[in-house]
Parts: sequence; structure tokens; C-alpha cells
Amino acid sequence: MSENNNEYLINRHDNQYEVIIGLEVHAQVTSQSKLFSTSSTKFGGEPNTQVSLVDAAFPGMLPVINEYCVKQAIKTGIGLKAKINKRSVFDRKNYFYADLPQGYQISQFKDPIVGEGKVILDMPNGQKEVGIERLHLEQDAGKSIHDLDPKNTFVDLNRSGVALMEIVSKPDLRSPDEVNAYIKKLRSIMRYLGTCDGNMQEGSLRADVNVSVRKKGSKEFGTRCEIKNVNSIKFMQMAIEYEANRQVDLIEDGQTIDQETRLFDTKKNETRSMRSKEDAHDYRYFPDPDLLPLEVSDDFIETLKSEIPELPDEKKKRFIEKFKLSPYEANILVSDIETSNYFENVIKKSDVKLATNWIIGELFAALNEKNLEISESPISAGNLSKLINLIKDGTISGKIAKTVFEQMMKGDKDPKKIVEEKGLKQESDPKALKALIDKVIDDNREKAVEYKSGKVKLFGFFVGQVMKVSGGKANPQLVNEILKKKL
Amino acid sequence: MSDITKQSLSDLVENIKSKKLSSSEVTKAFVERSEKSKELNTYITEDYENALVKAKKFDEKPNYHQKLPGIPIAVKDLFCTKDLRTTAGSKILNNFVPTYESTVTQNIWNEGAILMGKLNCDEFAMGSSNETSFFGNVQNPIDKNLVPGGSSGGSSSAVSAQLTPITIGTDTGGSIRQPASFTGTVGLKPTYGSCSRYGIVAFASSLDQAGPMAQNVKDCALLQEVISTYDEKDSTSIDFKRNEYSKELTKNIKGKKIGIPKEYRIDNMPKEIEDLWKKGVEYAKDCGAEIIDISLPHTNYALPTYYIVAPAEASSNLARYDGVKYGFRAEGENLIDMYEKTRSEGFGAEVQRRIMIGTYVLSSGYYDAYYLKAQKVRKLIKNDFDEAYKKVDAILTPSTPSSAFKIGEKTNDPVSMYLNDIFTVPVNLAGLPGISIPAGHDSKGYPLGLQIIGKAFDEQNILNIAYAMEEKINFKNNITDWWLK
Repeated sequence: MSENNNEYLINRHDNQYEVIIGLEVHAQVTSQSKLFSTSSTKFGGEPNTQVSLVDAAFPGMLPVINEYCVKQAIKTGIGLKAKINKRSVFDRKNYFYADLPQGYQISQFKDPIVGEGKVILDMPNGQKEVGIERLHLEQDAGKSIHDLDPKNTFVDLNRSGVALMEIVSKPDLRSPDEVNAYIKKLRSIMRYLGTCDGNMQEGSLRADVNVSVRKKGSKEFGTRCEIKNVNSIKFMQMAIEYEANRQVDLIEDGQTIDQETRLFDTKKNETRSMRSKEDAHDYRYFPDPDLLPLEVSDDFIETLKSEIPELPDEKKKRFIEKFKLSPYEANILVSDIETSNYFENVIKKSDVKLATNWIIGELFAALNEKNLEISESPISAGNLSKLINLIKDGTISGKIAKTVFEQMMKGDKDPKKIVEEKGLKQESDPKALKALIDKVIDDNREKAVEYKSGKVKLFGFFVGQVMKVSGGKANPQLVNEILKKKL
Repeated sequence: MSDITKQSLSDLVENIKSKKLSSSEVTKAFVERSEKSKELNTYITEDYENALVKAKKFDEKPNYHQKLPGIPIAVKDLFCTKDLRTTAGSKILNNFVPTYESTVTQNIWNEGAILMGKLNCDEFAMGSSNETSFFGNVQNPIDKNLVPGGSSGGSSSAVSAQLTPITIGTDTGGSIRQPASFTGTVGLKPTYGSCSRYGIVAFASSLDQAGPMAQNVKDCALLQEVISTYDEKDSTSIDFKRNEYSKELTKNIKGKKIGIPKEYRIDNMPKEIEDLWKKGVEYAKDCGAEIIDISLPHTNYALPTYYIVAPAEASSNLARYDGVKYGFRAEGENLIDMYEKTRSEGFGAEVQRRIMIGTYVLSSGYYDAYYLKAQKVRKLIKNDFDEAYKKVDAILTPSTPSSAFKIGEKTNDPVSMYLNDIFTVPVNLAGLPGISIPAGHDSKGYPLGLQIIGKAFDEQNILNIAYAMEEKINFKNNITDWWLK
């Protein structure tokens, strides 16, 4: 494998292979209740405590669409700059499984609620556009638990009927890095919109990964394999790498790729066959006769459009234009809604440049070290803003600010109080500084003479001495000015 | 009063309201007659004791403002009834006791009626003779070893035998109108979306509709008024202005235009049916209606279309009966084995046949040729009616191509059984209301019915036409009580 012009290619003998990836992302809709019932969607409840008669498919029970979930799907579509279909149809996808009480999943097959759209990725060598094929709404299944009993499988239906958005990309992705960027961007957009919390640990975001390879320069797609239900970006990347190499090996060996569904074994770091195309389920899709086609008006869509917040791409543009941030800085600050909210709260009353540096630098490093999200930051945006203002108005130096910052990380304390309590206030009184400087010069007569005779390098020594004597509190700018005069 | 059970619903309501009869007296009379009528096998589950308790409670604190004050009613066992076993006529739900009530039955109890028990029906409403029920055949009170029709065979038999003053059935392809026709009773299949499907065990969701079955048109109108409500729990329920059907009922149908569709003159139609239809035309004219010949050109395709659409939906609707959550479960070595055994033992032959047909027509490679084509034809059938209704207010046809047949006569010939629904099925496919009223007897003395088909949501109109014709026809059922012990 080699990286050439940032291209992800697999080399075998004299051949170079390009990897073609398409994702079907399953994103759980953020909603109080399920797609077709009123039961709670809360994660982590006792098994089978959030199950209505509809979710458990009792005789005569009927689905009723949750309007909020429809709104969430449309909002997501708007966020993906996609076509919103004013008429969509719910279909039944029929198959038997113990955690699928109806014996079918209500999904959308021919007529999804959202059509083609796009997502822009910021890659190191520039922007990349990834096409969205469609987004549709569907029910999640329950959960089969196989490891609680040696003989029996337990079924938890809490998740049964929870709304999912299946977001299908075009086969536009070309490397594990792009997959990483794509998932992160998708997650970011949905979190800005509040339509999916993107929590991969809780399974709110998972993906089926379609992988094929072809010789570089070829225009035709190779036979693809679908890797089912991968639930972390890292695993997606590992699975793609393994799968692409497996396919290349087969081709190099003169064999053909079988179109099949595969599973990624996270322990062995390999994919293995789950079922071949011949064994593929015949889902017998047909329109669900319990539900009428879903029709939404232009007004309905327009109202939702007016509720869409500023999304990362637009925000980034604004940050660059208005605040003169670099694209790199802007990217980091808009990547997550919590971060951008934090940033915007800090700069309400503080200097943008300092805020950018402090958030991207000190704050991120400190949070990383403690493994905290920005939403869990011990330092509130308001207090960071105060700290920055203390630097800006000369109350404390940048160096002292770091000491104060460390204190603040231990608990959300007002930086002014810390400065007062610890006496860290910067010394900016010229009289006091003059006295201090006189004393330092006095104590270092010989060096002062040397300086005056031309050894200008010693200036730094004097600054250092003054700072030391002042306990770091002397205003460095004033010290410089006065020292120059005095020496 | 020894003749309580002979009274119409309207009379019983009147007698209870005027305190000539108590709910307990009425309930006791129907319970006693039901108990003496076990040979008819109309009940799957009896709830007599509770009914008597409820009747007593009603009498202690009567509410005479209700539309069905203290009236005992037995219902088809396809309606889920809270705390009372609901089987859908199937072994697979033999032990199923719902914790909830269907909207239609709830509407009935809300008007003061009292549940007496659950009536036999074809398994999952799939049948035209009640012979597919896991709980055995139902006898038609008209004659021994005669089928009562189906799938609402227990309901038609119970009303005809006066074991319940009135009842409700469900109609997917004729399951109310055909048994009504076979038993000399009145049965209304309302417009699709008129009655909520919430809590009714589903057969074919786009066709299923609950409706009243009664001894006369007035009773039928009263029950329709009670059961038809808009229900948010059923996404296919329609919020339209519902009439007070019994109050607005009128025999004045002067000038109404009634269509006679030529395509309903099917090959080999028995002369008796042809004659009945002609008589029907005369009755309608006598009532002041204008008769107009019309064409419903796609009628011939209705039955094959129905036998694709209905099984397709059924194959999916019945997937939930898998032994995992409720109902019958056969032990198996693993999940798949358990599924196979449960569904092989739990479903009867006709249900299995339809699941297989439905699975087949939805399968990849066959979907376009069958299911999709059927949906297109269904649209054409509906268009036929839309065209016809530009010229007429209602359509008059026979209800069935024959009178009731003997038990066992058609069990080995599913296609001839399916042909029973030839006149009723198009109405379901088009989502229209249709009512069957008794209109005469064949040479054996068995009842024959006429069907009046209306425009969507125009139940009042067909009830009025039926009401007017009912008087002219002056039908008398020959019930000899041969089964009474």
C-alpha cells in the first residue's frame, strides 16, 4: 500500500487498485417516542419496559406515524441539501426474526422521504463532495440477547419501533480517511440539527459498508461486498482496509469476487461471509396497507426550513470572513455544535484571536487529557471569556493566565477570584516597577556595566531577573520599556 | 315476556327505555336461548355470567340516554375484547386474552350494550362457509347441515337464530353480506375508513371493514350509527361527517337512480338468482326509484384481483403469529424449527394456502406480474364505479350467486368456494359501502339476498333504499327452531 498524492491505493505487483466505498448509515432519530407508537425511546431502560402493544405487534394493533420523526427526517434532508419528497410511502420489509415482532419492518423502499443530496468533506488536500442517494425512515428492531442463558435467547423490545433514518451515500468514498471524515461530518450536521445525537456507543449511529475495488483508471465498478452493522469509525476503517485487501488478493489470484453480505469480526480484525447473494432474503416489499402515503405540503417544508440553524459549512464560512480565522481554525471550531456554541459564547465579550488560541490550544489539550467532551468542560464559556479579558486588559500576563487556567480546570471558578485570592495580579504600576528594576540593577552592577559596554544580549537576563523577583507578576511590556531607559 | 328474543333491536331498546323490560330480563332471555342452541355452534367463547352481572348493574343504575341501553350483544371473535379470549377462529390464538378493546366494540359498550360472548368465524376471516374455523362448523338455523356463510358465519347464524338481537361482523370480500344473504338477515359493509380497524385481528388491511348485522334495516342503521367513528388510532380511518343513520332513515327514495350493471349477469347464473334480481328491480321501481342500465367493465377481473391483494396482505399480517410473544407455541429444536412447527400446527389449511399465495405474489420476480398488476386493476375497478356514479345514486345486484350450500359441499374445491364472493368483492376493492337485504327464497326455501352498493360515505342512501325495499319485499324467515334442546 502506498500513499501517492494523498490517493489511497492498494499496490499488488505492478497493479494499483482504487477502493470504492458507499455507506448506508443508520441514524437514530432524536425523539421522545417511537416512529409508530407512543412508547419512550430512552436508552438504557430495564428490558421490555418501553414496549407498547403496537411495538410488540399484538393482534389488531395499528401503526400511527409520529409527526415529529417526519419533521426530523425532513430537517436532516434539508441539512444534506437534499430534495424533499412531498409524497413518500411506507413499505413492509418482510422477514422472520425473534426480535422483529411484526414479522416485518416498516421502512420506505421505492418512495423515500428524502432524495438526492450532498455532503462536503474537508480533506487535507482540499474539499470533496460526497453524493447522498436518499434518506428514508424506518423502524428499528428489538434486541436479541444470546449470552445470558446457555440455551435460550432473550429478547428486549425497548428498541423495537424506534425511528431510524437510513442515509445512503453514493459510491463516492475512496479511502478509510474519507469514511472517517464523512461519518464525522454527517454526525456534525445531525447534531447541529438536533435530529440524531450521533452517539455511537449507544448505537445511535451505525453503518453498513459497501466495498469494491477496481484497477486504477478503470471506469467500471467491481463486485461489491456489504459489511453489515459496523458501529464505530475505527471498525469501519479497519473493515474497509481488510476487505479491500482481501478483494485485491482474490483478483490478483485470478479469482472473482462474490457479491455477498459479510460481517466484521472486531476481535480477529477480519470480515467473513454471512450470506451469499443466492441466500439473500426476499423481503417481499409492498406498501404498508395500514398507513396512507405520507404527504407533506410546501408550507410544512418551508416552516421546517425556517427552523434550520446555521450549519457547519455556513458557520465556517462566516468564521473565516467575519473573524479572519484560518480555515484550519474554523474547521476545528465548527466541527461540533457544542464547540462552536462554546466558541461563540466566549467571543461575545472577548477577543476573537485570543479565544481561538485558548480554545484550540489550552482548553482542548486539557479536555483531552481528562477525556472530557467540551460539554463537560469544567471551565464555562463565561469564565474562559473573563480569563481572556484579564489578559487583554493587562491584569495578568499570558504566563500567569496559564496558572489561573489550571486552577480553573479543577473546578469552575471565576478567574478574577483566583487572581485576587492568590495575588496574581500583574504589576503595572510604573513607580513600583521602577523600584524593582533599580534593585535588580543595583544587585547586578557588574552585568549592568557589561551591558552598557555593548553586551546587549544581557537585556534578556535583566528581564528574567525582574520577572523572577516580581514572582512573575511584573507587566513584561512595562518592564521592557523601563529597563531600556534605566540601563 | 316469552317472546323477548323475537323482538327487533329497536323494539327491545324501546321496551327497556319505557321500563317494560329490564336489561336482566332481556339478557337472560338471550342467554337461555343461546344455551339451548349449542348445536348451532355459534359461540367460541361464552361470557353469559358476566353478561348477567352487567345487566343487573345496568338495571340498578340505568342510563336511558344511551343508544343500546342494557342490550346484550355477542360479537364476531375477530374483535379484541379486553379480558375475554379472542381467537380469530384459529388454534394459533386459542389461548389469547387481549388486554385491550377494539374501537368498534368499545363504541358499542359506550352506548350501554353488554357483551354476551364471542361468535364463531372462519379462521382469520378466511372463508365463505365458516368451515375453516378451528372451533368447528356453524349450523345455519335455516336448515340442518347448511352453512351459514362466512366468514361471519357465527354472527349471521346467531342473529338469524335470535341468539343475539344484533351483532357485528367484518367484511373483507363479502364476509358480512354473503352470510347475511345465506341466513335471511341484513348486513352492511360500510365505506372503507368508516369504522376503525383498531383492535380487529387483521386479515387484509386495505379491505377489512367492520359492519352491523341485523334482522332488519332499521336495527342495522342504529348499530352503524354507534360503531362508525373517526379514530386516530387507525391511520386509514376517515374524518367525514357521519349521519345519525337511524334517525335520518327514510323510505322516501322517489327519483333515486339505481344502476343495474350488465357485467353481473355472469355465466351459468342460476335462474332463481336472475329472477330475484328482476324482482328486485320491480321492488325498486315500486318505491319510486328510476332504473338505469350501467356498465362496470372490469367486474370480471375483481375476483382474481382480490385473490392476489388479500392473500398478499394476509401473508404479511399473519407473520406476527410466530409463537414468540403470545398465542400457541409448538416446541422446536431451534428458532426456525419452532416457527415452522408453530405455524404448521397453529394455522389451518385455508390460512396456510392463502399465506403461500400471498408470499408467492409478493416474491421478487413475481411482484410486478401479480401484486402490482392487481393494484392497477383494482384502480380500474374503482374507476368503473366512479364512472357509474356519475349516472346513478346506487347499484342493485344479487348478493351471492347461489343460496346457502351444504356443509362439506365445497370444502374440496376452493375456487368454487371463492366464486361465492363474486358480487361482493368488487365493493371491497373499491372501498364502497354495500348492504345485503333478504329478498326472497329459492326453490328449497333458502333465503336469497339483494345487494345495494352506494357511493363512498353514502351509507345513508343505501340504508334508505334498503329500508324502502324491505317494506315492499316483506320477507319472512322460515326459522323452525329445529336445533333447540
